[in-house]
Amino acid sequence: MDLFEYQARDLFAAHEVPVLDGLVATTPAEARSAAEQLLRGAGLVVVKAQVKTGGRGKAGGVKLARTPDEAEQVAAQILGMDIKGHTVHRVLVALGADIDKEYYVSLLLDRAERRYLAMASVEGGMEIEQLAVERPEALARIPVDPLVGIDEAKADEIVAAAGFDEAVAPRVAQVLRRLWAVYDEEDATLVEVNPLVLTTDGRVIALDGKDPLEARAKAKHLNYVKLDGQVGIIGNGAGLVMSTLDVVAYAGEAHGGVRPANFLDIGGGASAQVMADGLDIILSDPQVKAVFVNVFGGITACDEVARGIVAALEMLGDEASKPLVVRLDGNNVAEGRAILAAAAHPLVTLAETMDGGADAAAALAAAA
Amino acid sequence: MAVFLTEQSKVIVQGMTGSEGTKHTTRMLASGTDVVGGVNPRKAGEVVSFPTRDVPVFGTVEAAVRQTGADVSVVFVPPAFTKDAVVEAVDAGVPLIVVITEGVPVADTAEFFTYAQAKGSRIIGPNCPGLITPGRSNVGIIPADITGAGPIGLVSKSGTLTYQMMFELSDYGFSTCIGIGGDPVIGTTHIDALAAFEADPETELIVMIGEIGGDAEERAAAFITEHVTKPVVGYVAGFTAPEGKTMGHAGAIVSGSSGTAQAKKDALEAAGVRVGKTPSETAAIARSILAARH
Repeated sequence: MDLFEYQARDLFAAHEVPVLDGLVATTPAEARSAAEQLLRGAGLVVVKAQVKTGGRGKAGGVKLARTPDEAEQVAAQILGMDIKGHTVHRVLVALGADIDKEYYVSLLLDRAERRYLAMASVEGGMEIEQLAVERPEALARIPVDPLVGIDEAKADEIVAAAGFDEAVAPRVAQVLRRLWAVYDEEDATLVEVNPLVLTTDGRVIALDGKDPLEARAKAKHLNYVKLDGQVGIIGNGAGLVMSTLDVVAYAGEAHGGVRPANFLDIGGGASAQVMADGLDIILSDPQVKAVFVNVFGGITACDEVARGIVAALEMLGDEASKPLVVRLDGNNVAEGRAILAAAAHPLVTLAETMDGGADAAAALAAAA
Repeated sequence: MAVFLTEQSKVIVQGMTGSEGTKHTTRMLASGTDVVGGVNPRKAGEVVSFPTRDVPVFGTVEAAVRQTGADVSVVFVPPAFTKDAVVEAVDAGVPLIVVITEGVPVADTAEFFTYAQAKGSRIIGPNCPGLITPGRSNVGIIPADITGAGPIGLVSKSGTLTYQMMFELSDYGFSTCIGIGGDPVIGTTHIDALAAFEADPETELIVMIGEIGGDAEERAAAFITEHVTKPVVGYVAGFTAPEGKTMGHAGAIVSGSSGTAQAKKDALEAAGVRVGKTPSETAAIARSILAARH
């Protein structure tokens, strides 16, 4: 899950990473009172659109204000603005800073090496991807041992590798150690500060940060992603469901280009209730014209799945008006197929294979 | 011979007395796995009766290894306790640790992987279905009755897609099928499995299943070019996955131009791997290669 800038800022502040004072506003009047509190008669504030996308500066979503009046005016312009399809519902009103230098630091998961990586550059503020390609020597990349994290020695190693000058190096090293605390304690896979700035009065401040958090440890039993096609998909196991989307899309090429309407993984040991919940979601999507249920019973028993389908159709009654193609294989497949055959629901067709089921569902969706 | 797991493997189950642990220990025993013990500090000294044999419960992995000679541990403990369980098995010198648990924090996996690597234990998983050497041993949750023994080695991140591919090629059978897990950090990679299958005299052909996200398939392709002489057939799931949406597995996400199924397919084909568009097409390619050899 990506965070809004103000959420990342609050998270940084909670771990004592230095940030600029700021307040969130949802109306121009709130922006005005935020500016009053922050300015206290001096300096300037930055009013920044809170959207989960880049390029907001170019789109006019970041503006300076010298007075509360100005803050109210620019907030009125920014709130409600559309930036790359994201509507601005909030602005962050933050104290401005006179910037002397801009740096870059980040911590991320290095999947290939299965450890962490710290990256730092004294050339911050620009697109870091561009820097990495054009001048890779300007971006220090230091591996971080998951068992140790960023201790004093590692922080010193990173700032030395990036070439921070002696005057500022200890303060950047301290920021790195606090960013490690954010990374470690919040179970993040990326903490990025771009830019980290040195102000003209000598402070090191995280000006803009990103921290996509993961709540991985939370077991998710219904894993649903809406897509834009017409064939509803339910399956068990992420890989098989992904594969089912592909097979349905290929089958759809022969049936007027119908495509999968969603990704829905009912997971490992899915019960009848989970199956019913899943079908309920899919059948209530108005774009869905037909549904393909593709289950390979490993832990999941096919008779449980079959009972779930029958129960869901009973529960939904007349609201279930879309044809279902069901393919079952694996654990207890004979019992599962027998249950569906006995129920003989007029909307349900049994398919023998994954390819056959995808083709039948695509044909039904195209005909609807 | 197979890879990683043979009929000689002696298996202990960490979390055997939990509901999942009990259910799958029953199934592992039924498929011929030599399960020699369970581990639960609160139930040390007890004996659990399964339909096919009685299995003793030990208080620690160390005690279980000392008394049974176990060389494989399969971990079913809840996510919050997984790291400690794996570290305990590493400390007890278990050479192969198979972590079935889903939802282990990535930071925990990175830690126990680093620790295991330093001490010389192999980790498979987490969030994986385990591995099966059909007819001989089965560690984890892969259904044993899909296929028998044969000349194909299979490696995949996904559980049910592994089962689907086993089912598609059940006419030929498999040396070993390994589900390596779909998390961003996993212990045994496609490359590790490819290297093991290359060295295994019973494996004639390797089927490698990939999916969107990360660059494991590209790295595997580079490895195949350099080190694999046996035929490899590939399948990549997620051609129709949209950008920016995580498809179930924590690692399965297309971000910008990286991690796409097409890029992975291209990399594999450049390494001489024939890639199927669907599981059935992939199976047909494997079948045609095997038929030409026999």
